[in-house]
Amino acid sequence: MKSSLIKSIVIFLGLFFLYFPILVLIFYSFNENKRVMVWKGFSLRWYNELFSNEQIIEAFIISIKIAALSATFATILGVMIGYSLVRIRKIPFKSFYIFLSSTPLVLPELILGLSMLLFFISLNNVIGFPSSRGQLTIFISHVTFCIAFVAIIIQARLTDFNKNIEEAAMDLGYNYTKVLYKITLPIILPSIIAGWLLAFTISLDDLVVASFTTGPGANTLPIVVFSKVRLGLSPEVNALSAILMFALIIIGLFYFYFNKKFKH
Amino acid sequence: MKNKLFEKYFVFSPYFWLVLFFFIPLAIIFKISVSVSEWGMPPYQDIFLFDNGFEINTTFENYIYIFSDYYYIGSFVNSLILALISTFCCLLIGFPLAFYIATSNIRLRNILLVLVVIPFWSSFLLRVYAWKIILQNNGILNVILLNLGITSEPLQLLYNQYAVIMGIVYTYLPLMILPLYGYLNKFDLNLIEASKDLGLNRIKTFFKVILPLSVPGIVAGSLLVFIPVVGEFIIPEMLGGSDRLYYGKILWEEFFVNRNWPGASALAFSGIIILVLPIVIFQILYSRWSQKNEI
Repeated sequence: MKSSLIKSIVIFLGLFFLYFPILVLIFYSFNENKRVMVWKGFSLRWYNELFSNEQIIEAFIISIKIAALSATFATILGVMIGYSLVRIRKIPFKSFYIFLSSTPLVLPELILGLSMLLFFISLNNVIGFPSSRGQLTIFISHVTFCIAFVAIIIQARLTDFNKNIEEAAMDLGYNYTKVLYKITLPIILPSIIAGWLLAFTISLDDLVVASFTTGPGANTLPIVVFSKVRLGLSPEVNALSAILMFALIIIGLFYFYFNKKFKH
Repeated sequence: MKNKLFEKYFVFSPYFWLVLFFFIPLAIIFKISVSVSEWGMPPYQDIFLFDNGFEINTTFENYIYIFSDYYYIGSFVNSLILALISTFCCLLIGFPLAFYIATSNIRLRNILLVLVVIPFWSSFLLRVYAWKIILQNNGILNVILLNLGITSEPLQLLYNQYAVIMGIVYTYLPLMILPLYGYLNKFDLNLIEASKDLGLNRIKTFFKVILPLSVPGIVAGSLLVFIPVVGEFIIPEMLGGSDRLYYGKILWEEFFVNRNWPGASALAFSGIIILVLPIVIFQILYSRWSQKNEI
């Protein structure tokens, strides 16, 4: 039929557009030649060079560390916000609370990064801490803008789950705390994991805010990669891309698995 | 009571964090933007002086400086135009995709949705870098164009505003598709059949039935693309040339290169007022309006 043909073509072209650049990147990562664009033959040379590049390996470890820590903190705080907004009636200055927890989603990263940097400098002038910027300041900034993403996922999950289950447990003699730990949290656990994965990826991927709040000894992976490819191409970055894309896409699939679970 | 203490703990832990690490930093941007600049470290004067008595030392000169210089205004306008064009392109590509995904059968729908969003999970920076490879003078696109005989010599595809738009549309497309899909998914496909039965042709069905019903999705998707693109720094830096300056770039340079902290803060705060505030207000008004009209 005519319309189903159009439909197939549109979907095919759309997916081609989305995946073609990723495939090109992976293809060129196997190029033997030092000049990225001139194909010389298949080789794993740049993967070898990548794993012996201490700067990249070190940056990778720093990035993973910051991402895991900030995702964990952001998840704890984000779950609290999501829970408060849906289940707790009395929040002082509620619209201010909503403003604080949702604006980081729409604020351009550049403005957020600048505000964090100026904040840390001012704080240092007043109380002498943090004396220099580094992993700690990146961590604080990442927690701050990841909270909102987790909060939105938890809020959506809590809004459509049946409150009767919680009330039934209360009637059966569970107290407030026990309901939360034995009923509510286990039910929304998949969404909490999904929120953590999202926060982890956002932190791992962030360049702009990290560039503002970084300091000596805190070059994250995106900062190092950006410095390598800002002006040209780098065969090592091609190899890194292929690995990273693969890993992140797997994290993404896990996210879908966990975030979808609650719909049944 | 124990419950109350518990609730307070839940409400106030994130409250404390966000006031300290989000609201106060925004307030500091405002404070520095109205400070008098001077040479030194930090490069601005305190806004409260206690030399002889108490004095408030503020100025709007930083704002006047920005708003009277075409360099700054022009860059901001460039960014707005860039964001408008990119949002429109995302909509043009995203709408048919979202529509056809939403009208597929359920199994295929979920697979397609995951396929569309998965690239969004891979690194942003590396996806932009991929376009740098594709658009090189001896890159894959030029090779294809040369072999097809469309051009006789390689085109300069990189380092101009078109490359920037290309990169933005590519990286932000999933942000447009998701909310569009969310709304298109909800609506009743029988409406399309009904409108055909009533004698409307395809084009009329699209403009009279499908498009009006997907307005909320279009608005949500457009906002998700438009706002971050205005402040976008990485994509113009990687793919753009010197033909156009954008808001993100001049903010970055004002701070890191010119070391004009009050100027950079004034730029940032103006960005918040011009860009973010109207959208927050718009969203509140829009949600009220759509509740009233039951969309």
